[in-house]
Amino acid sequence: MRLVAENLGASRGGDPVFSGLSFSLAAGEALIVTGPNGVGKSTLLRVIAGLLRADTGLIALERDHGAEAGVLAENSHYLGHRNGMKRELTVSENLDFWQTFMVMEGDAARMPVADACAVLNLDHVLHLPYGYLSAGQQRRIAMARLLLSHRRLWILDEPTAALDLAAEEAFAGMVNRHLDDGGLAVIATHQPLAIARQATLSMRARAQDEGALS
Amino acid sequence: MSESSLSVTRVGDLANPTRFIAFVGRVLPVLAGVTALLFAVGLVMSFLAPEDYQQGATIRIMFVHVPAAWLSMMCYTVMTASAIGTLVWRHPLADVSARAAAPIGAIFTVLALLTGSLWGKPMWGTWWVWDARLTSVFVLLLMYLGLIALNRAMDDPSKSARVSAILILVGFINIPIIKFSVDWWNTLHQPASVVRLDGPTIHASMLYPLLVMALAFTVLFFTLHMAAMRNEILRRRVAALRRQAARGR
Amino acid sequence: MRALLWRDIRIGIRAGGGALIGVLFFLTVVAVVPFGVGPDLNLLSRIGPAILWIGALLAALLGLDRLFQGDREDGTLDLLLMQEHPLALTVLIKCLAHWVVSGLPLVAASPLLGLFMNVEPLAIGATTLTLLVGTPAVTFIGAVGAAVAVALPRGGLLVSILVLPLAIPILVFGVSAAYAAVEDPAPFLPPFLILTAITLLFSVIGPVAAAAALRASTD
Repeated sequence: MRLVAENLGASRGGDPVFSGLSFSLAAGEALIVTGPNGVGKSTLLRVIAGLLRADTGLIALERDHGAEAGVLAENSHYLGHRNGMKRELTVSENLDFWQTFMVMEGDAARMPVADACAVLNLDHVLHLPYGYLSAGQQRRIAMARLLLSHRRLWILDEPTAALDLAAEEAFAGMVNRHLDDGGLAVIATHQPLAIARQATLSMRARAQDEGALS
Repeated sequence: MSESSLSVTRVGDLANPTRFIAFVGRVLPVLAGVTALLFAVGLVMSFLAPEDYQQGATIRIMFVHVPAAWLSMMCYTVMTASAIGTLVWRHPLADVSARAAAPIGAIFTVLALLTGSLWGKPMWGTWWVWDARLTSVFVLLLMYLGLIALNRAMDDPSKSARVSAILILVGFINIPIIKFSVDWWNTLHQPASVVRLDGPTIHASMLYPLLVMALAFTVLFFTLHMAAMRNEILRRRVAALRRQAARGR
Repeated sequence: MRALLWRDIRIGIRAGGGALIGVLFFLTVVAVVPFGVGPDLNLLSRIGPAILWIGALLAALLGLDRLFQGDREDGTLDLLLMQEHPLALTVLIKCLAHWVVSGLPLVAASPLLGLFMNVEPLAIGATTLTLLVGTPAVTFIGAVGAAVAVALPRGGLLVSILVLPLAIPILVFGVSAAYAAVEDPAPFLPPFLILTAITLLFSVIGPVAAAAALRASTD
């Protein structure tokens, strides 16, 4: 299982953000995307998740012999800046919904909601409305969503922004276990993460290019 | 990781519109001339046409009213074709065309309603009747205005193109249903005593001026549409340059 | 899919907003009419079904802009877009949930408001029935407007402007069926069946177009 990107280019609001991006990620590896603000990290992650169309190039999940392994978006978990949880519902209602909605029939691998929360040390808030939690707790609940159903690729955008050290460690352990199971991860972050097998993709701001104006 | 120049795709995107602008520059004067000529001939013919034995000189309003009403519908058809172009081929000019056509269509619709109203006053004794035809055209005007409002609200063409194309298509699918419902509503509420705007037969002495005027309006539409498309392309370039300037590149 | 239906219904009820405000608006609009046209009971009973329909149409449009906006703001929409389920089906379910929370209460309130307007019982029944069949169509076609305006900060008014012209057929056939039930020569069934057909047609056009618009407006 590999995640392969070839000559990927994307734009936002009609302006090119990056282009000519190629990489290949093997099963069990994490790709850490770094770079200054506005360089296109989030755009890249949204292209991988299928939420933005790439202008050029292609990206796919390939089996070892090169055949495509299903639709990328349907085999991915995406954790963006926003958590995708409803403040009005309790934590367990939120997670129950995502588990029922994301796990298709026949998928065996799933983790009970309580267990997923226990991984992130949050099994005591299950009955509370999501809106009552602190920002860091909300983020951890959103992470617990990744465990509810098994998907090969995790796409994480600034996952640890609001977390304390203990939660960061718990999160790194969670990602490492995912990689040990043969999963893949693409993580945009500013903070160093304790992840075992990682490759780094550092995106740089583009050089001045006056030729584009004429 | 590698990142190559951004200028390549940008210029590639604009290549087609650039050729289009050059094309418009050559064609527009000719079209404008033809429009002026057709209008001159059409207006002279309209005034030379005999007066209607019932309606007198007011019948001449028809020579403006009917072509305007016709164009108000043709313009939406052009927009629908453009919307399909946006959705199927993602052609950048298709969105430019749809966006440029909306205000023109609205103006023709207003013209049709105004002339209809001016005609209605001497004929029906009132500026407005909720006649099936007038009402349908009025609803069409509302749809044009809604689309223009949407276009104004979405300043980023790359995002709004497909979205407004979808709305144009949904509107197009709905037009027959709206027309049908308005006809139904009209027969339900009003006895068929209203003078129809166009009789079943029309004399040749009136038909020819009408045809010439219809042709003049059609060419006028294409002239305006091309000019508006060129303006829209230039407007987008200015916006793109400003955004680039804002990033200090 | 059933999970999505229940979740949306639960949010609608628990947030306490949608359903109650829509019905209150409906009540207020209908209550204002006699102040405008005078308390003549004969006149009110004659225009009653039409007023009920217009009030319900406006109330149904009121909450439409929130159909996708809440999901967009908290990132849920991104996740819905990524799933294996066909997006049009997801939108259809969301429309149904929205109708149960905001449309059904309008239908339930209409008999009471009909009494205020001195509408005779048969006409009340007919109006309620046509509202029951017709208001889902408003939600379905309104979903297109809601999806188109989802990315706009102040899309609420725009949604109404875009959707109202498209909703005219629903109003025409809804009202004419309601009147046909009491006015003798006009048959009830043809306009009612056409209304049903419009609802079914919009239940296809609406979600498909709304899904396409949602896909197009991600950023």
